[in-house]
Amino acid sequence: MTLHGSMQCPFYVHRALQRLLRVGEQQISVLQTVTGGGFGGKEEYPSMVAGHAALLARKSGRPVKMVYRRDEDVAATTKRHPAVMRHRTAVQRDGTLLACEIDVVMDGGAYVTLSPVVASRGVLHAAGAYRWPHARIACRVVQTNTPPNGAFRGFGVPQTIFAVEAQIEKIARELQLDPLEVRRRNALELGDETPTGQKLLWSVSARECLDAVAERSGYAEKRAAFARENAAPGARRKRGIGISLALHGAGFTGAGEAKLKARAGVELTPDGARVLSISTDIGQGTLTVFAQMAADALGLPVPAIEIAESDTSRMPDSGPTVASRTLMVVGGTIAKAAQALSRTLCSFAAEVHGAVAGDVLCENGVFIARGRSLAPFGEIARRWLAERGPLRVVEQYVHPQGIEFDEVSYRGAAYPCYGWSATAVELSVDADTAEVRLDHVVTACDVGKAVHPILAEGQIEGGTVQALGYALLEEVIWKDGRILNTRMQNYLIPTAVDVPHVETILVENPYPHGPYGAKGIGELPMDGPAPAVTAALLHATSALVCELPATPERILRAIDAAKAGR
Amino acid sequence: MTVRLSMTVNGQPRTAEVPPLKRLLDVLREDLGLTGTKEGCGEGECGACTVLIDGELACSCLVAAAQADGTRIVTIEGIAGRDETLAPVQRCFVEQGGAQCGICTPGMIVAAQRFLDSGAEPSDANVRAAIAGNLCRCTGYQKIVEAIQAAARERGGGA
Repeated sequence: MTLHGSMQCPFYVHRALQRLLRVGEQQISVLQTVTGGGFGGKEEYPSMVAGHAALLARKSGRPVKMVYRRDEDVAATTKRHPAVMRHRTAVQRDGTLLACEIDVVMDGGAYVTLSPVVASRGVLHAAGAYRWPHARIACRVVQTNTPPNGAFRGFGVPQTIFAVEAQIEKIARELQLDPLEVRRRNALELGDETPTGQKLLWSVSARECLDAVAERSGYAEKRAAFARENAAPGARRKRGIGISLALHGAGFTGAGEAKLKARAGVELTPDGARVLSISTDIGQGTLTVFAQMAADALGLPVPAIEIAESDTSRMPDSGPTVASRTLMVVGGTIAKAAQALSRTLCSFAAEVHGAVAGDVLCENGVFIARGRSLAPFGEIARRWLAERGPLRVVEQYVHPQGIEFDEVSYRGAAYPCYGWSATAVELSVDADTAEVRLDHVVTACDVGKAVHPILAEGQIEGGTVQALGYALLEEVIWKDGRILNTRMQNYLIPTAVDVPHVETILVENPYPHGPYGAKGIGELPMDGPAPAVTAALLHATSALVCELPATPERILRAIDAAKAGR
Repeated sequence: MTVRLSMTVNGQPRTAEVPPLKRLLDVLREDLGLTGTKEGCGEGECGACTVLIDGELACSCLVAAAQADGTRIVTIEGIAGRDETLAPVQRCFVEQGGAQCGICTPGMIVAAQRFLDSGAEPSDANVRAAIAGNLCRCTGYQKIVEAIQAAARERGGGA
């Protein structure tokens, strides 16, 4: 059985079909076709569509194609878990956080699916990017009568970060401190411990991100100026500026990567090399960056690198394309394999041309030894292929030593490293209609190393705008276990005129075990914008909206409640 | 019942024998083999199926085949040069990172080309208004706006 489809995780589909059809591993090939976006929606659900198509094909003995209309797709595929968070906090008068008690309840829908891992990631981020001497965090996922919820960019974190950030705003308000100062005072630093007892040994940039957006957004001046303007009698538009802080664990949670043992590699071609992995490009630029990294390791121009077709019957299992793991985990493994391939070829070039193996390296597609050109890469590659046959190097990801997590006690290093972000949102609100206009957004994201800065910015800008939709527009409306708004007419996402220019500050605080210092990037920008929006709304209206999306109705209700002193 | 359509598609005379209410989107994709035009929503909301009909932007999912008879249509396949060299706006999308997953890109490029041809000032607000009917979930629009502005600069059509 050969299956072509739109998916993030071809081996998930492969294994699902094996179980469904009760056939051996070798009897199935799953090929990823051009997929469109993913954002988690194509993590697990494609196994269902594939299963239905496979059963029909087996029964009919004919090729079967299944295409969901947009409304069918919206009705059936998984959504972000709705969640309710409750915080109790002990804090000193100067704003120093002492203890938190956090309770998280997530709506899992009717079946379990990915809920345990979404809940796990959600709780592991629930205390935010702050230092807490004491923390007690609990989470439950409840079963309800809706289609199951699943993966959506951020994977439980946008929910829990929204809550902790709202709590920081409340604390600042109660203590009459600037919320930015409360964040700066308590932001995690190198050497601090997370609630699971993970000592942060590297790549911590919470303060740096906060300071960068505060400066770039003109936070202090605007904070004062808008407060004056808003207090003026008859102001029809209220302006506000707010800042949020977030972190996002890169790669699978806990022991996930150690168990998965991702495999990826490269093979020699007559003119260069071919990257071997099952990681999918769903617009984020994975394949571009893989080619870039392989080319760098081999001393070749990027066009000399090919990318093998994503086919489960021929590719090593580099794991699913999820969890902000692909560049950091799979990219690093590919770079390692390319380095090994390069060493082999350098030795061969040395042998063929009578040079010392240790002296040979490849630069710009030419093997050289102590400044002497030996031969172009293609000449050596073709000679190897003719004399010795195919050359394929597949490496297995090795989790850094000492990065261990106990899933029973929930103690230890939940993630090998974290991405950090701060986001400043400047907005104005119509005093009568509570319609919000976003005026300016600045976000600073620490991604370790921006291997391809244009693509990195693209991830951050795109994720930020998606999160602005989450903050202000996007709401799934349920009735009797079904989604009412299954169409793009009634589930609104931001258009080009709904969002302002997003200014991105790339912070590069290297992760020592990541390729070139890179760590996860994909989900990080989803976490911070929503609480920055509600912080800015609080500044503008003196009312804190604690439920997303912050629609005009919710903003007006919050303003009424604030006036009534509730 | 079918009708016989005669249209000029990307400068070439084309005909098709189709039911009169078949969507132009499906005529292009299925009958004419022009699969560059994408379906995103099927109800005129997302703009992925944008084409030019007699020089005006239209969502081809909302146009009945019979309405397209006798028109001049430009699809994404008609934007690049005959020798398949990318048009400047396409090259700018590539260079500036204006495309990520690519599903909105054909409609976005058609709308961008129409904007560039209008000669309007490529201010941030004007460019955003020109693509307000084209949804993109990946890019946050910024690099699309920058790509269109870069293409406008190349033309010398305003700063």
